Amino acid sequence: MSGPNTDYDPVEVTPLHAEEVERTRDEALTAFTEAADLAALQEAKTVHLGDKSPIVLANREIGALPPQARKEAGQRIGAARKAINEGFASRLAVLEAEHEERMLATERVDVTLPWHTPQLGARHPLSLISEQVADVFTALGWDVAEGPEVEAEWLNFDALNFQPDHPARQMQDTFFVEPAGSGKVLRTHTSPVQARSMLSRKPPIYVICPGRVFRTDELDATHTPVFYQVEGLVVDEGITLAHLKGTLDHFVVSMFGEGLEARLRPNFFPFTEPSAEVDLKCFVCRGASVGNPDRPCRTCGSEGWIEWGGCGVVNPRVLQANGIDTDRYSGFAFGMGLERTLMFRNGVEDMRDMVEGDVRFSRQFGMEI
Amino acid sequence: MRVPLSWLREYVDLPADVTGRQVAEQLIRAGLEVETVEESDLTGPLVVGKVLTYENEPQKNGKTIRWCSLDIGKDEPQWVVCGAHNFEVGDLVVVVLPGAVLPGGFAISARKTYGHVSNGMICSSAELGLGDDGTHGIVVLEPGEATPGDDAIELLALRDDVLDIAVTPDRGYCLSIRGVAREAATAYGVSLRDPADLTLTGSGENGYPVRVDDAKACSVFVTRTVTGIDATALSPRWMQKRLLAAGMRPISIGVDVANYVMLELGQPIHTYDKARLSGEIVVRRANAGEKLMTLDDQTRELDAEDLLITDDSGPIGVAGVMGGASTEISDATTDVVIEAAHFDPIVIARASRRHKLSSEASRRFEREVDPNLPRYAAQRVADLLAEYAGGTILPDETVVDTHPKPAPVTIRADHAARVAGAVITLDETVRHLASVGCTIEAAAADAVAAPLAAGAHAPVLAEVGVTTVGSTHVEGDDLLTVTPPSWRPDLRDPNDFAEEVIRLFGFDNVPSVLPAAPGGQGLTVSQRRRRRVATALVGAGLTEVVSYPFTGAADFDAMGLPADDVRRTTIKLVNPISDEEPSMQTTLLATLLRTAERNVGRGANDLAIFQTGLVFLPKAETKAAPLPSVAHRPSDAEVQSLYDALPDQPLHVGVVLTGALAPTGWWGKGRPAGWADAVQIARLIASVVGVEPIVKNVELAPWHPGRCAEFSVGGPDGMVVGHAGELHPKVCQAFGLPARSSAVELDLDALIAAGPESIAAQPFSSYPVAKEDVALIVPAEVAAADVQAALTEGAGELLESVRLFDVYTGEQIGEGKKSLAFALRFRAPDRTLKENEVADARQAAVQVTVDRFGAVQRVG
Ligand SMILES: [Zn+2]
Repeated sequence: MSGPNTDYDPVEVTPLHAEEVERTRDEALTAFTEAADLAALQEAKTVHLGDKSPIVLANREIGALPPQARKEAGQRIGAARKAINEGFASRLAVLEAEHEERMLATERVDVTLPWHTPQLGARHPLSLISEQVADVFTALGWDVAEGPEVEAEWLNFDALNFQPDHPARQMQDTFFVEPAGSGKVLRTHTSPVQARSMLSRKPPIYVICPGRVFRTDELDATHTPVFYQVEGLVVDEGITLAHLKGTLDHFVVSMFGEGLEARLRPNFFPFTEPSAEVDLKCFVCRGASVGNPDRPCRTCGSEGWIEWGGCGVVNPRVLQANGIDTDRYSGFAFGMGLERTLMFRNGVEDMRDMVEGDVRFSRQFGMEI
Repeated sequence: MRVPLSWLREYVDLPADVTGRQVAEQLIRAGLEVETVEESDLTGPLVVGKVLTYENEPQKNGKTIRWCSLDIGKDEPQWVVCGAHNFEVGDLVVVVLPGAVLPGGFAISARKTYGHVSNGMICSSAELGLGDDGTHGIVVLEPGEATPGDDAIELLALRDDVLDIAVTPDRGYCLSIRGVAREAATAYGVSLRDPADLTLTGSGENGYPVRVDDAKACSVFVTRTVTGIDATALSPRWMQKRLLAAGMRPISIGVDVANYVMLELGQPIHTYDKARLSGEIVVRRANAGEKLMTLDDQTRELDAEDLLITDDSGPIGVAGVMGGASTEISDATTDVVIEAAHFDPIVIARASRRHKLSSEASRRFEREVDPNLPRYAAQRVADLLAEYAGGTILPDETVVDTHPKPAPVTIRADHAARVAGAVITLDETVRHLASVGCTIEAAAADAVAAPLAAGAHAPVLAEVGVTTVGSTHVEGDDLLTVTPPSWRPDLRDPNDFAEEVIRLFGFDNVPSVLPAAPGGQGLTVSQRRRRRVATALVGAGLTEVVSYPFTGAADFDAMGLPADDVRRTTIKLVNPISDEEPSMQTTLLATLLRTAERNVGRGANDLAIFQTGLVFLPKAETKAAPLPSVAHRPSDAEVQSLYDALPDQPLHVGVVLTGALAPTGWWGKGRPAGWADAVQIARLIASVVGVEPIVKNVELAPWHPGRCAEFSVGGPDGMVVGHAGELHPKVCQAFGLPARSSAVELDLDALIAAGPESIAAQPFSSYPVAKEDVALIVPAEVAAADVQAALTEGAGELLESVRLFDVYTGEQIGEGKKSLAFALRFRAPDRTLKENEVADARQAAVQVTVDRFGAVQRVG
């Protein structure tokens, strides 16, 4: 309240009295606070902020005041109105929030229920592992080479130094294409892709060849007449057995984990000279099971090493048959069976599971191996 | 090759305490594939006993047992029951005592039998793990061979480890104890007592008359003659034991000695009853129509390529493979002609294949036998026959030998080091070559060097040092002349010698160096897109399976392929897994439907599977693939003719859907997978590889004649790339699939080839879109796709998209008609379209359908 004003019109306007304005305000705020829901709040709003509400009516009285008094009264009413509006808004926010909360609570569902759109299908693990191998080698800058499955006998054998009457050729248990003497076979290994690579590319050649191959084995728990291999071939200047070992060590680490390595054992393959079998250090026991009956390892049979494939320095006769200058270039090659790899890597116990096409086999892997 | 450790020890001084397993490890390191090591599970006590007394006691079951007392070197005799009768008082026998375990895990204890307590038993050869010795009784030792109480395990070398070695084709010499012993000697760094180091007593002349007509096929032929043998004599027990341990059954002294020498030296031997030979032995190729009854009592038609051993009576053996029955030695034989020869590996391999006859002899000849062996091997046979069958060796000897001497090979002194990429000193190189039996000389100055491994990845070899060969000083790039030993005909090329050096140097000692590739381009476009197709199909809920690509008429019949269907023309196999499935698949569905059948049979009714794989399409004209020389690269024309001879083998993708796509559930009714899902999957595959295919109705097995979509690419006259739709009801039935199963097969290679190499970005408009719907009544047989194409064609450039949203048939439309409703969206790149522009474009679109199909706009 301001001090005495000599110009002040002594006409009394009750609603504009400070006490009256405060009361009006407080009544409004109390009514809002007491409004239990949005409907009650709307009612209270009509009463306390509507056209006929005390504060609006009071506002109209301002004009009746002498000009000198209008400002003060206007400010008083304005402040009260603001407080009432704010009181309404904050109560509205609270009640709306409560309302929404209640609404949402009623809309609760059981999110564990199934739905009718198709589940994710699955890749076949042989495809997945073959792609993983391809990725390991493309990351090194190699290309992925492919070839047909009905193959020229020359590319499957002769070009790879499997001579016509050599026992090694007989050991391959080959499917021959009719008529006898057609010079065509179902490829017994992916090696003809290597021959094709040498015939069609110029060194340096760095290729990885995954693919399906065929031998006349009966299907049982560890054999199948149709299976998948992956082979690698490098032909470049100055390639040595040491480069083969380096590549295999890298391959082992990429597929089975850090700290593992490959081991070579001398063997015979017509395609390579020197030739070796590749073992990989057991990725489960890392050799700890050897001579340790308390810690047997199923994966490696407590041998510490797992037989994985074959490899060697490409026989110069093979380079020669495929038009590579042996004075300038040398090479190495290696190959593994993918079924076998899955068997020990992922604990697949029966080869038949991999070839029978039962969806349950693929589905347990999904998109990952 | 089965190698008893005790036999190996006869020629190599292995450390006394070394086990079979340890020897195997060393041999594996040297490159022999030791597959298994059999360790005896026999434990004693097993002792020599002397028969003191026995009583024959007939039993109710008709048998007569003997109740025996034995002196086993103790104060009291040992009493045992024995069922055998082939011994007398005073004989030395082998007695197993309670507490012992016989081979096979048979634990022995004192037990009550036939009214006695038998404290152990007298052993037969089989019970000791020595196999059947033919006596049908117990083992009787020679008088004075041992004293009662002696340890029989040691005496008979019963606890012997046996190594089973899978001999690789280049290591034919390891099909003998001699060869394996040589490897073992090298591995342990000890000397070898060569069992072929024998005194030859033959005169080299006057032997049984022999003529060799084909010196290339038979380069050595040696005979010796032993007279007056007792062919019924039993082979000595040690020989029988070794034969059994090596996996051969003892038969008679004549056969056993031949087999024994073959195992010992690696030289196959043939023995003839001299009395049954008539006239000169002639080694020649077969004449047309000749026949021979071989030792296995089979009469074989001979091929003109077969190399024969003949006499005046005709063929008496297929050289190196199997002898004939007519000259076989028998119990009545007294004089034996021993044959030891060298045959060409290829001749033997072919004959063995031709007659489907793989014998111990042919396996060795195929891998080539040491050509220096025949005289020694024949001597060894003669010596053994003289000793154990009481024969007399005649000094007369036939020796035909035209075998060329092993050719020396010139290599760089550091060749092995360069192949390995390791520092292998010249000293080591020469030492290792010598230890495999090579003769090494410093090469003449004009000798030709072996290829170098040089260039980008050349190993930085530290000095490999110098060495002396004879009196010559040899350095790194000097040349060596290396002559392989007679038993290593596989050593021909510089790398063959490098392998010998490196394996003895140790593969483990070669460093590990990852070579740097020059940098590739990653996967090809096709490889990438194939992966994406697979990923998209998995995302759509399909599961990838694999199937064998073999098929046959039954599959084609089940698919309902007409008799003249091109897919019945297949690539066939000479030797299929099953005669019912001799063909390579021409359609993926032939095998995928079988896989679906198997899954449905195993209870998977709602199935969504896919498979990618090659199909094999014969060319109109089939040619044999050539077999060019391997001495050099085939010419481009030859390479091309290799490729041309092969069938087309495109990669296909196949899909089979059965049962429900969505099951009935809490959301409501389920949805069966149908023709439209199959067609949609085919569209999905096409769009993954960036191709907009043309789709139309066709009739084709195995699909429902009214529900098969043909997919083509490359415009209206483009190439058909596959089909999708519902399977014919009969096909579902034939494959045991639920009714209304559907399938897709697309040529993925062709589809990918039709896709864009890369995609150029197009600008898109930010002006407002104008939407117009249009319903058209057309004859029922008109394809929606064609109507849509007509609308697109007529609407012109302003058309942004067109989508069919309703199909209606019914009374309001009239018989034989249907109403198709399309939503059209128009937009300009540079302005907001005016109403009249949109109306004009819409009218133009409709007009084409009116002109083309007689379409009538449906109003309201
Ligand atoms: Zn392990």
